[in-house]
Amino acid sequence: MSGLNFRRLGAVARKEFIHVLRDPRALGIAIVLPMIMLMIFGYALTMDLDRVPLAVWDQSRTPQSRELVARFEGSRYFSVVARPGSYGEVEGDLARGRTMMAVVLPVEFGRRVASGRKVQVQVLTDGSDANTTTLAISYAEAIVRNYSQEILVEKTQRVTGRLPALPLDLRFRAWFNTDMESRIFIVPGLIAVIMMLIAALLTSLTVAREWETGTMEQLISTPLRGSELILGKLAPYFAIGMVDMLLSVLAGRFLFDVPIRGSLLLLFAVSAIYLVGALSLGILISAKAKTQLLASQFAFVATFLPAFLLSGFMFDIGNMPKALQAVTYLIPARYFVAFLRGLYLKGTGLTELWPECLLMVAFGALMLLAAIRSFKKRLA
Amino acid sequence: MSAAPGTFAVTLRDLERRFGDFVAVNRVSLDVRQGEIFGFLGPNGAGKSTTIRMLCGLLEPSGGQGTVAGLDIRTQREEIKRSIGYMSQKFSLYDDLTVEENIDFFSGIYRVSREKKTERKAWVLDMAHLQEHRRTRTGLLPGGWKQRLSLGCALLHEPRVLFLDEPTSGVDPLSRRSFWDLIYQMASEGVTVFVTTHYMEEAEYCDRLGLIYRGELVALGTPGEMKGGLMADQVLRVSCGRSHEALGVAAAVAGVRDAALFGRDIHLMTEDAEALAPRLRRTLEEGGFQVGAVERITPSLEDVFVSLIEARDRADGAQKEFKA
Repeated sequence: MSGLNFRRLGAVARKEFIHVLRDPRALGIAIVLPMIMLMIFGYALTMDLDRVPLAVWDQSRTPQSRELVARFEGSRYFSVVARPGSYGEVEGDLARGRTMMAVVLPVEFGRRVASGRKVQVQVLTDGSDANTTTLAISYAEAIVRNYSQEILVEKTQRVTGRLPALPLDLRFRAWFNTDMESRIFIVPGLIAVIMMLIAALLTSLTVAREWETGTMEQLISTPLRGSELILGKLAPYFAIGMVDMLLSVLAGRFLFDVPIRGSLLLLFAVSAIYLVGALSLGILISAKAKTQLLASQFAFVATFLPAFLLSGFMFDIGNMPKALQAVTYLIPARYFVAFLRGLYLKGTGLTELWPECLLMVAFGALMLLAAIRSFKKRLA
Repeated sequence: MSAAPGTFAVTLRDLERRFGDFVAVNRVSLDVRQGEIFGFLGPNGAGKSTTIRMLCGLLEPSGGQGTVAGLDIRTQREEIKRSIGYMSQKFSLYDDLTVEENIDFFSGIYRVSREKKTERKAWVLDMAHLQEHRRTRTGLLPGGWKQRLSLGCALLHEPRVLFLDEPTSGVDPLSRRSFWDLIYQMASEGVTVFVTTHYMEEAEYCDRLGLIYRGELVALGTPGEMKGGLMADQVLRVSCGRSHEALGVAAAVAGVRDAALFGRDIHLMTEDAEALAPRLRRTLEEGGFQVGAVERITPSLEDVFVSLIEARDRADGAQKEFKA
């Protein structure tokens, strides 16, 4: 087997470009699908808690109780949507999902606060969604603790005549995502997942289609080599994939306001390598499946699920069981997610991210080789 | 090997292909001379396509040897692919590409030199009568036109041997005729044509024929040889009224090996036509049939093949009984 011939490679690439350009559905999948996914996941997958629907039952109706209620109303995390007058109503709202949390202030609230005695604030929550509830409770706790602390400070000042110093003062600052907005964290990971899926879906059809229509038999009867066929087939999809990447980066920057702190050149260079790996995986699946339906279904399951669930995009790898953690090392999206997050959020480059980059180069090379090898020049 | 590669375009010795337990091609040996139109005949599933695929390097033989254009079909498959043209049974150009784009694609795959490219393209368009449709999507062309374009694409690199696997199946008779004109033209230019078919009238166009049945080569020779000497049986043609009903009666007459309808006539296979003729006429007339001419005829190729295949079936049957 001598090297590849660029004349034959060029002939295949030209024909593949024509296939893509004449098939509006393929172009649709290629350009529109990634944008739709970015929109859906980018907007829906926010892990921030905003405006939790809250019910407030103020039995005290005093300046003190109104002050606490005002703090809930003023918080961006809560939105008071109901004012029940009984436990029956509180329960009804929670059960119907109209509210997620209820704050109940007892009749003696104002009196006891004014006289400096201890009083209980009751918070009832809908615990069905444990994650959201935990977050909501911590926000409510912070509001109540703050108010309680102010009451204490005021009282001490009244008694001693000066402002007391609190023994511990927690000051925190979140680096890399100062406002702690989850979309800044989600969008880069999302790009990795989408690129994996789209790339593999695009190429999963190309070899299987030639088997189905019978053109593969004709190709096998010519001097065409595996490397020429596979590289030629990759060419147009690589171009489309890079356009998708560019669109995703632009959408992230201007639609989701996700800043890019690292090098754009490095971003696209590494994306290109990852793309070659994902496209080759699609071709490999296509060559093995031999029918378009089977190939596209398999490509979906084999790329989307692992990239979505096991790449660290949705679930933190550190919290997974050890056995599953070991599996994640085999998911190329894992390295791309880590790379993109590092580059986007922290502005890190090759100095820190070289292991991920190296593994992606290995993945790309391995998949490409396997795809070329998968083309056997015989029928059975 | 006895045959010198120089004089034969294709040589096969005991070529065999098995798929599991199934023997698709069973020890086939034959030679095809250069410039010859060799017809490979047989019913569907007889092993025609499997043989042609082995010759084109698409399938590996399970046993035996063979050469194509002097190259070994086991070890020089890729070299063979450079010097042959192949047209598979299924239409195998790209429907969404235009006529011209398909030609350009195969021209690139076969690395037709830049100087020759334009000339070859013009030649294909001319030969396939597609000059005015060069920018038409191939999928929109009628079957016969597609077939001519396929042939043209398989000939772009001027191969010395051309393999055609049922090239005219599903094509109307007129297009089939004009397709054969092209095959003749190729052969006159020195190209060896190896063609499979199950149309009997196409078999008559070939220089030589091989009949394959259940994976075995049953007969080999020119159409004339086949009709003259290969058949042990003689053929008796009987014209008579209500021939459908008469067929059953005729088949039961002693000495009749086989009976079949050809149009309105009955063809009977027998060892001795002269002796059978009066006996047969009597039996049919006693049965109330109006009998016209009863005469011995030169068998058609179809008669020959039916008789050969049935002889083979009888032999296989006898063998099976013997074994049991």
